[in-house]
Amino acid sequence: MSTLVFVEHQGDQLSKGSLGVLAKAAELGDSVDAVMVGGTEVKALASEVGRYGAATVYVAEDDALSPPLPQPRVDVVAKVVGDAGHDTVLFSTSVLAADVAGGVAARLDAGLNWDLVDIVRNDDTLVGKRLALADSLMVEVGWRSEPRLALFRPGSFEPVERGGQPQVLTVSVELEDHSRAARLVDQVVQPESGPSLESAEVIVTGGMGLGGPEHLSLAEELAGVLGGVVGATRAVVYAGWSPHSTQVGQTGKTVSPKLYVALGVSGAVQHKVGMQGSQTIVAVNKDPRAPIFEFCDLAVVGDVHTIVPQLVELLRGRKGS
Amino acid sequence: MVTPAEYPPPFRAADFIAASTDPVDERIEVGVLVVGGGPAGLACAIRFGQLLQEDPETAERLGDVPLAVVEKGKHPGSHLLSGAIVNPTALRTLFRGQVRIEDMPGYGAVPGESVYILTRTQAMPIPPPPPMRNKGNFIFSLAKLGRWLGEQAEEVGATLLSETSARTLLVSDGEVVGVRTGDKGRGPLGEELGNFEPGSDIVAKVTVLAEGTQGHLTGLALEHFGLGPDSPQTWELAVKEVWRVPTPLRRIIHTMGWPLRLSAKYREFGGSLIYPMGTDMVTIGMVVGLDYRDTALSVHDLLQELKTHPKIRVLLEGGERIEWGAKTIPSGGFHSLPKRLHAPGLLLCGDGAGMVNIPTLKGMHYAVESGRLAAEAAFSSLKHGTSLESYDDAVRSSFIWSDLYAVRHMRQVFGRGFFMGGALASAMQLSKGRVSIGKLSTEPDDAQPLVHTDRAKGYPDSDGVLTFDKLSSVFASGNKTRDDQPNHIAVRQRVPAEVAELWVHMCPAQVYSAGPRGDDGLVTVEMAPSNCVQCGAISARGGRLTPPEGGSGPEYSLT
Amino acid sequence: MKVVACVKCVPEGRARLDPRSRRLDRDGAGEINAFDRYAVEEAIRIKEASESEVVVVSMGPDPMAEALRSALALGADRAVLVSDPGAVGSDLIATSRVLAKVLERENPDVVLFGQQTSDGAGAVLWAAVADRVRLPAISQTTKLEIADGAVRATRQTEVGDDVIEAPLPVIVAVTDAINELRYATLKGKMAAKKKPLDVLTLSDLGLDPSTAGDAGSKTEVLGIGDPPARANALRVEDDEAAAQVIVDFLTERQLV
Repeated sequence: MSTLVFVEHQGDQLSKGSLGVLAKAAELGDSVDAVMVGGTEVKALASEVGRYGAATVYVAEDDALSPPLPQPRVDVVAKVVGDAGHDTVLFSTSVLAADVAGGVAARLDAGLNWDLVDIVRNDDTLVGKRLALADSLMVEVGWRSEPRLALFRPGSFEPVERGGQPQVLTVSVELEDHSRAARLVDQVVQPESGPSLESAEVIVTGGMGLGGPEHLSLAEELAGVLGGVVGATRAVVYAGWSPHSTQVGQTGKTVSPKLYVALGVSGAVQHKVGMQGSQTIVAVNKDPRAPIFEFCDLAVVGDVHTIVPQLVELLRGRKGS
Repeated sequence: MVTPAEYPPPFRAADFIAASTDPVDERIEVGVLVVGGGPAGLACAIRFGQLLQEDPETAERLGDVPLAVVEKGKHPGSHLLSGAIVNPTALRTLFRGQVRIEDMPGYGAVPGESVYILTRTQAMPIPPPPPMRNKGNFIFSLAKLGRWLGEQAEEVGATLLSETSARTLLVSDGEVVGVRTGDKGRGPLGEELGNFEPGSDIVAKVTVLAEGTQGHLTGLALEHFGLGPDSPQTWELAVKEVWRVPTPLRRIIHTMGWPLRLSAKYREFGGSLIYPMGTDMVTIGMVVGLDYRDTALSVHDLLQELKTHPKIRVLLEGGERIEWGAKTIPSGGFHSLPKRLHAPGLLLCGDGAGMVNIPTLKGMHYAVESGRLAAEAAFSSLKHGTSLESYDDAVRSSFIWSDLYAVRHMRQVFGRGFFMGGALASAMQLSKGRVSIGKLSTEPDDAQPLVHTDRAKGYPDSDGVLTFDKLSSVFASGNKTRDDQPNHIAVRQRVPAEVAELWVHMCPAQVYSAGPRGDDGLVTVEMAPSNCVQCGAISARGGRLTPPEGGSGPEYSLT
Repeated sequence: MKVVACVKCVPEGRARLDPRSRRLDRDGAGEINAFDRYAVEEAIRIKEASESEVVVVSMGPDPMAEALRSALALGADRAVLVSDPGAVGSDLIATSRVLAKVLERENPDVVLFGQQTSDGAGAVLWAAVADRVRLPAISQTTKLEIADGAVRATRQTEVGDDVIEAPLPVIVAVTDAINELRYATLKGKMAAKKKPLDVLTLSDLGLDPSTAGDAGSKTEVLGIGDPPARANALRVEDDEAAAQVIVDFLTERQLV
């Protein structure tokens, strides 16, 4: 089995998600290579990639490849796979990687499974695992031919440093006409208003259990110290404590952050379907039989008014130290 | 003693009756406008289409849209709920023998039937009383049949406009000239949102109201044109579920008795129905007259309680609930039919006009037949200028009238529950007279004095497998109504605690909750209107339901 | 100008996976996937700003044709549905191949996709289609301007917004932040019934059945099961200790 991992970087930082996939690839065994595309900063990062499991790092570096546009990267990856004959190509999902994987799949007429949370090797077959229908089902997927392409949910695997010095090979690629047509004309870094509910990594939602609009500050403070965004249940929005734009649920927004903290939220199904895809769920509610306790990772039966201020204190203390 | 009637809702009929206001070139002109895509409305559309197919000249004269149906649900069927055991005669007549009942999307002929009187632990079989015998009838899901009828109507040329509510009755010089549809894109305070779309005036030569139970414009029309019956209309509330089950049920079952109280002072009339839907599904429902007096009575919770009965839970063993819904049924019978079923430019059909036979729990075939007759009257009026009175004549000469007339006295013996009569008589015998039906009364539901019992303590906790709470049930109705729209339910905001408690328990969708008690002894009623599945119960007991934004409400597919 | 909106029609109501065929239970009618509605809306806005034709394209079983009427009711001019038993069970490779053929026939200036489907079909279809038809593609678009034979798109990434320009013809995948959906008017619904809705088979497109559907797919579903239950092992019932337990829990999972 010969695997190629698409490794991304942001400035001079390697993407943690890519390195995690690299670690997984190394675990699956046999030879693992990486491919990196970018401007002149890429070569320096290439040797670092070797520490995380790549034997050979293919590098396409050029000013023209510096902007984060997907289609030139499709040309590069397709060429590397075509020349070196990898049978498996793995990606950690990102806005860019998703586009690249889709394009490579079409270019190589290769099967692509996406949104995988794990992958298992049985001799020479690979079985991917993904969650479907708002994470209510686990589906096992496979490939019928090679090369096999896969996109993993970010954060599915942890990077593992193995040491090692990779071979760095420069790749020069003739870009397709259509790959050169799009131009990056401007870039605007995140405005201060912060991420939207849908893209937030941390969400703290307040429910009726907060007891009153004045207590929404509990959710706001906790969100602040966790670097997250405040959400609300439908009942809270109905009561006028929070605007409709903050509503999470069936008739509000669907979210899947890394961390979802539910304060005084009962967990009715209408709310559940909007957040059950969250990676980690912590719920605080004084009703021991609140339905939310059936689908969370940490169930805290207690009074939000006592617990949350203490929690905020502790977290602020940790940050300071 | 407190009654909800003393706390009428803030509702003004005049807000919903008006002249057409759209400029002429923006109005939508149709030949016949049918309000309601249920069995009555669609039967009307189908019959009218048949008549046009045979008369291309008249079709030509009626312009681009000879007949349009407006339906407030997402699709025809989305708001339809019934048992349903259907008498096939009207459908056979409607399709003129060209479509067999067996080819309609149903679940076959009634295979056999049983009737039981329940106590908490026992089920005593009694012979099915005469009105209840269902040989020759067929089992259908009304939601599914409605969807199919919609397709048939479109095939004969009807223009079906779903997700469209009819908000205002357009009246000009004493004649109904059409309806104005509801606005879309308003916020909770009525403000216009970014995608605001005002309603439109649809003008028609004949408007057929086939809105079903608690029809919004029907209620307005009955009052405006003085068509109201001498005896006020009354209703029953049905809450039912559809289950996928591993063991086929091979007969239809009706029960009475537990969990309802037999004592006359509580006025709890009703019972349950359990019907097979093919070999892998079952529908189970609880029906209770809305003249009950106990503020703690919740039909939804009585249904959950019913399912825990040892003889009933086995029917659902190993199964999974796949749908839930609720709807009211008019129960006044013959005496509560409108004085006239027509007015200038207007015809009234189906459940909206109260055409339901409660002792047999049937109304579908009357709806279909009345729709069919309405089409013929409308056609004749448009082609020959015949008076719409011909519709009244036709209905009065039909089996609709003779059937309802025949059971009009049974109200006394049969009370206002369902399939009483012989069943009740048997029950009286078996219980040695302890069961009594009380005095015949013509009070409207909202004039019943209220009492409070602690029966709510007996309602089962929801286990998510056999029993369910209201919120997850609303989810199972397919309801995903937009939250930030105006409240479509008019109720008095500050009422005595008993009235608030009545509504809190009554509403199967948990729309109402009671706020704290104020110094005046009244409580504030708080609402979550987007839970509403538009069953109509509130209109029977002190409030007034109007149609929300088109497309809102449940999305029934198997009820 | 011709604008094509590619949409997926999904089953109505709550989506269920059929345990036997391991595919989405597609019995009965469908509706346009929620995210693709933004693509349709954007196409109609482009039409309102310039003289354009809007064509809605989809691939699916026959009953889905009616779902396309809703796009016609909103203002699209024409709909095309590729419906063929041979196309059932198409994965990304097969679907993109079919859609590419339709686009070759239509020869549009702008092709719009919705950024994600709600029935599990993932967020990459346009990238595959773009490669097959050899057109520039821009995804995650939250703002789109068209002038002088080119587009200027604002693309949302994890770290901010990129502004990208590309000449027509171009493929753009739009997010739900790009516009606000309109309601269909009654006149729109009535007009929709008369607008053309073409149903094409694979052979109409010159495609061999072996290149589409299950036969033409390179991935497959092997099994369906329950997701791993959330490790609901941890439960705290002590108001005093709770805050620390939460901090430890979050630290252990590297969430703080």
